[in-house]
Amino acid sequence: MANVDQLGAAVAANTVIGPRGPKPRKRFSRNNIFLYGTLIVVGMYYLLPLYVMIITSLKGMPEIRLGNVFGPPLEVTFEPWVKAWAEACTGLDCTGLSKGFWNSVQILIPSVVLSIAVASVNGYALSLWKFKGSEVFFTILIIGAFIPYQTMLYPIVIMLREIGLMGDLWGLVLVHTVFGMPILTLLFRNYFASVPEELFKAARVDGARFWQIYFQIMLPMSLPIFVVAIILQVTGIWNDFLFGVIYTKPETYPMTVQLNNIVNSVQGVKEYNVNMAATLLTGLVPLVIYFASGKLFVRGIAAGAVKG
Amino acid sequence: MSVVDDPATASVASGAKRPSRLFKNLSAKIASIPMILTALCVFVGGTTWTVVYSFTNSRMLPRENFVGLDQYERLWGTDRWIISIKNLAVYGVCSMILTLLIGFTLAACLDRKIRFESAFRTIFLYPFALSFVVTGLAWQWILNPDFGIQNVVRSWGWESFAFDPLNNPDIVMFGLLIAGIWQGSGLIMCIMLAGLRGIDDDIWKAAKVDGIGTIKTYIVVIIPMMRPVFITSLVLIASGIIKLYDLVVAQTGGGPGLSSEVPAKYVIEYMFRAQNLGQGFAASTMMLCSVVVILIPWAYLEFGGKKRG
Repeated sequence: MANVDQLGAAVAANTVIGPRGPKPRKRFSRNNIFLYGTLIVVGMYYLLPLYVMIITSLKGMPEIRLGNVFGPPLEVTFEPWVKAWAEACTGLDCTGLSKGFWNSVQILIPSVVLSIAVASVNGYALSLWKFKGSEVFFTILIIGAFIPYQTMLYPIVIMLREIGLMGDLWGLVLVHTVFGMPILTLLFRNYFASVPEELFKAARVDGARFWQIYFQIMLPMSLPIFVVAIILQVTGIWNDFLFGVIYTKPETYPMTVQLNNIVNSVQGVKEYNVNMAATLLTGLVPLVIYFASGKLFVRGIAAGAVKG
Repeated sequence: MSVVDDPATASVASGAKRPSRLFKNLSAKIASIPMILTALCVFVGGTTWTVVYSFTNSRMLPRENFVGLDQYERLWGTDRWIISIKNLAVYGVCSMILTLLIGFTLAACLDRKIRFESAFRTIFLYPFALSFVVTGLAWQWILNPDFGIQNVVRSWGWESFAFDPLNNPDIVMFGLLIAGIWQGSGLIMCIMLAGLRGIDDDIWKAAKVDGIGTIKTYIVVIIPMMRPVFITSLVLIASGIIKLYDLVVAQTGGGPGLSSEVPAKYVIEYMFRAQNLGQGFAASTMMLCSVVVILIPWAYLEFGGKKRG
């Protein structure tokens, strides 16, 4: 684990250290052509799906049937986007992806808030207020992050049934909080452990208690790590499919599940442009976060790397 | 903590009865209740429950009717499970090799003081922000036999060109592989890049003085030095492979026929569709075993090695 922490730090520090290795000599040396050639060819493989999704979603169905997936649209139309948002069908229900979007938002906000609140307090207790057994529970938690979810799915169904939250949005919120806990706790624990101990001791001497130190000292100085945690959780929860499909019912399906049902529905004629518009709509939230957050995203995944 | 305990606690302690240790550091314990519940009830409890009930013949509802290893015998006698395991093995081996290869190559390229480094990095990593469902659906469209790549290449004049992994049971796993690598290799590149940046410049200078070529330096010097990074990457890739589920559901739905079924999908189908809980539990226990098999050597290398110095 320490390994991954170091990596996280190194990833974050990338820009500080700057590139290494011997300096390339000439601009158009054979090496350079090979180097940029590789990067550009591979870059095209990475960009291709995004490009194809965008152009397909802007074409009309007749143009798609004519056939070149890579060709830019002759006539740009936004109709597929409107249709994907408001009219696309899953079975007999034709209300589009908007329902899934709002479900996802309703799941996302409480899940992110709750999971980060719980994990930050946990990390704080684990780093500065260790008690007998705290490390044992933490170790179990981290090992738990590697257990395949499939082994815990059914017991959680039973637990949620017992507390009456099966199929409810709040049940899913609880599940996200539980499964987000290992990685977030690790993130916060490592962060709080790096806070100078004198600060903590001074506060103790001044008579501050557990919650006072948390809210008045630790919280204000740990904004960056909260941002990293938020990025990690928003993308993770938005992209979840497995928990969404199992712990909710059709009315409360999150966006990913609804998207899959729309695109892979067997009824009706396949409207590829609408499907691609719907796919892009679902991917939009994490993409916006990715492009807006830049380095913080990298820091988040370096920490989240443990989760796998 | 080294800070002295509350004076209040100390004065009570000097009285007739020592206060229970339970109340020491009480706030921290209360704050840790969610973690303790998660660790014990969900992780330990849930996993144990599943393993125990995998020895029963539960069907629609869990029952305590123990039948020994029957479920496992049935599991390993089911074609669908065997196909799932074989598929995952093919996908897993290819994915591990290719992801490491692509991840390292890209990281090494990016580490050569190139222009537009951050632009390239952004491009290589963005798929990782997308969900497997989005990934699967996007590649389902690109690989579509009637309108996708195959059709385009044929329209260029190569009439006999055939690449239809989503219709061809023999190569369907490679269709999934293309999508899976597209989504996941950016992360490995990022980790590798961090590892490369951690290598001292003096190593490069020394290699140059000794007249070792760049590529040879990477293979002979750098890669052995990056062993921990490779191990971490391998663990990440491996645990991702075992969880492979959303991508299959979105991209192929397990088809054509059973040709792209995977164990995680088998578990879900038996638990929640076929109402054969016992089978689902047994299959998920097998998944757990495979994780244990991967994790124990890793934990040994990572933590056991350090203690020895």
